[in-house]
Amino acid sequence: MKYILLMSGTKAGVEAYHAWPKQDIEAHMAVLHRISQDLTESGEFVATQGLAEPREAKVVRGEKNGLPVTDGIFPESKEFLLGYWIVDVPNAERAYAIAGRISAASVNMPIEVRQFRP
Amino acid sequence: MTRKWDTTSEHLLRELAPQVLGAVTRRFRDFSSSEDAVQEAMIAAFTQWPQEGIPENPRGWLIQVACRRMMDHVRSEIARRERETTVATETKSLAPLPEIEADMDPDDTLILLFTCCHPALTPSSAIALTLRAVGGLTTAEIANAFLVPEATMAQRITRAKQTIKTSGAPFRLPSPHEVTERLPAVLHVLYLIFSEGYTSSVGPHLQRFDLAREAIRLARNTKTLLPDNAEVAGLLALMLLTDARRAARTGPDEELIPLDKQDRTLWDGVEISEGIELLTAALSKASVGLYQLQAAIAAVHDEAEQAEDTDWPQILALYELLNRVSPSPMVTLNHAIAAAMVHGPAKGLELLRALDADPRLASHYRLAAVRAHLLERTGDYEAAIKHYRLAAERTTSIPERNYLMTQAARLAGD
Amino acid sequence: MKYILMMNTMKAGHGVPSWPKKDLQAHIAFMMGLNKELHECGELVSAEGLSFPDQAKLVRAGKDGRPVTDGVFPESKEFLAGFWIIDVDNPQRAYEIAAKASAAPGPGGVPLNMPIEVRQVMSGPPPDML
Repeated sequence: MKYILLMSGTKAGVEAYHAWPKQDIEAHMAVLHRISQDLTESGEFVATQGLAEPREAKVVRGEKNGLPVTDGIFPESKEFLLGYWIVDVPNAERAYAIAGRISAASVNMPIEVRQFRP
Repeated sequence: MTRKWDTTSEHLLRELAPQVLGAVTRRFRDFSSSEDAVQEAMIAAFTQWPQEGIPENPRGWLIQVACRRMMDHVRSEIARRERETTVATETKSLAPLPEIEADMDPDDTLILLFTCCHPALTPSSAIALTLRAVGGLTTAEIANAFLVPEATMAQRITRAKQTIKTSGAPFRLPSPHEVTERLPAVLHVLYLIFSEGYTSSVGPHLQRFDLAREAIRLARNTKTLLPDNAEVAGLLALMLLTDARRAARTGPDEELIPLDKQDRTLWDGVEISEGIELLTAALSKASVGLYQLQAAIAAVHDEAEQAEDTDWPQILALYELLNRVSPSPMVTLNHAIAAAMVHGPAKGLELLRALDADPRLASHYRLAAVRAHLLERTGDYEAAIKHYRLAAERTTSIPERNYLMTQAARLAGD
Repeated sequence: MKYILMMNTMKAGHGVPSWPKKDLQAHIAFMMGLNKELHECGELVSAEGLSFPDQAKLVRAGKDGRPVTDGVFPESKEFLAGFWIIDVDNPQRAYEIAAKASAAPGPGGVPLNMPIEVRQVMSGPPPDML
């Protein structure tokens, strides 16, 4: 069964992360990379993506005069998706265990776990 | 002299895979490394033969290439473990390559099937390993079938072989007792491969004919190897009788068409005939197994020229039997549908109530879908709409979701 | 350049739409048509729908290393309902595709104008953020 593991954060949270000492950021990246490698090792890895800066995010609401209606304004409290992992595992418990590991590596921020349709 | 590569060549090559693997494993007594070596030989063949033509002795070619890989592997093992006298002695006692062909045993494929469908493996691992080692599919093809990256699938297969190695399973034909004990696991894996092709759990397409076809091929081979086994025949019959309907199951936009609405002129009459013939022969053996029963039910459906002609009382009797032989929530669900067709929807709904307490089924979409269908038949449209929507929310199949949403909308009126 | 186009939903509002059948079919056909079009011009990397958030869990690592799961979410939380990953030449094309998806027809055939969030996807390991 496939699950998607979502990591989200507010703009303020992302900014705070940017203020970490460089080696702490690199160490964090290394741990996450290691997790993805372990998941390939165990035959559970499907995909992972990191998303760019929330400050570049745009919302599009339909078209007007043939042009997209875009807006870059979001409430301060909005949680932006920062990245995700997709894993293929026998049950939900295994998905939670993987999410727990990602969380532990990331100052224990909550990781949302959802079953993935395809 | 070489033969030209044509549309039947891939099939030929894949038929050879388990035979080659059997011979190489028999020689080197290392299933895991042999399987890797044969994989490499297969990929070499897939690359070279379309361009250079098929060699005169394709099986010999594959064995040679696989054995060379194994020798490289053995030599590098020797180099690594300097004082391995056992390995050195083994190398000396290895016969020259031509002898290996004489060592071919038709039972090798059967041994491979039992090895790959090892009870210690998870279903998804057993499926992946069986498709590669017995089916001759490449890792990339299997990865694609299940929508995971190739590296992941490769690891899954490697770990499966590791599990088998740790279990210490010897490479030999299972005893008749072992066959009886382990055959259900083998049939289950083949059934899962077929199910995956018939009703995909991944991707936007409902059906993947290539996987269904592969399952049928493997089931046929198994029947050739165990010609007197009624359950093997039953499984093959079930697959054929189910596969026969594939052209009628989806519409032009890949939407799902339920059994009672299918255009039966699109059903494959040849497959139906074969399935019924197999089933008749199997049932005459006096034992009544799970797959034979399911095949019998499929046969009753397939024999009805129109949905209205379906012999529901016979189907109901078969489900009652199935409920005794192999009870499961899914059987109860189908039993309820059959009971509704014979005794009315209220009777079906009554049977469904027993499932509400079953944690395995409580939040499963099919319970809600069947309930919705029966509620509709009783005329309780409001409740039916509610359950169609519930089912749509729970299913993980996109075509099913679209179908269920549309049913709810249909009842809600335009 | 890869972009992710995200469709978010509020938990309270989730569930299958209760529109008339032909409007539902028009919506399904529109989405299938959009995906087909994107696939044909080589812009579609993937299009995915997520299962409804009633089964969603938030996971944190517990004290003994085991995961702690929680199913309680704030009322205002948005859930990811589905997303497209597209590969296009520039951000304008990404917004154009998002606009199309956003304008999918709803009840009465009227464009829904659902908000679609557009973000660029990192192509390699991000240098200084996740």
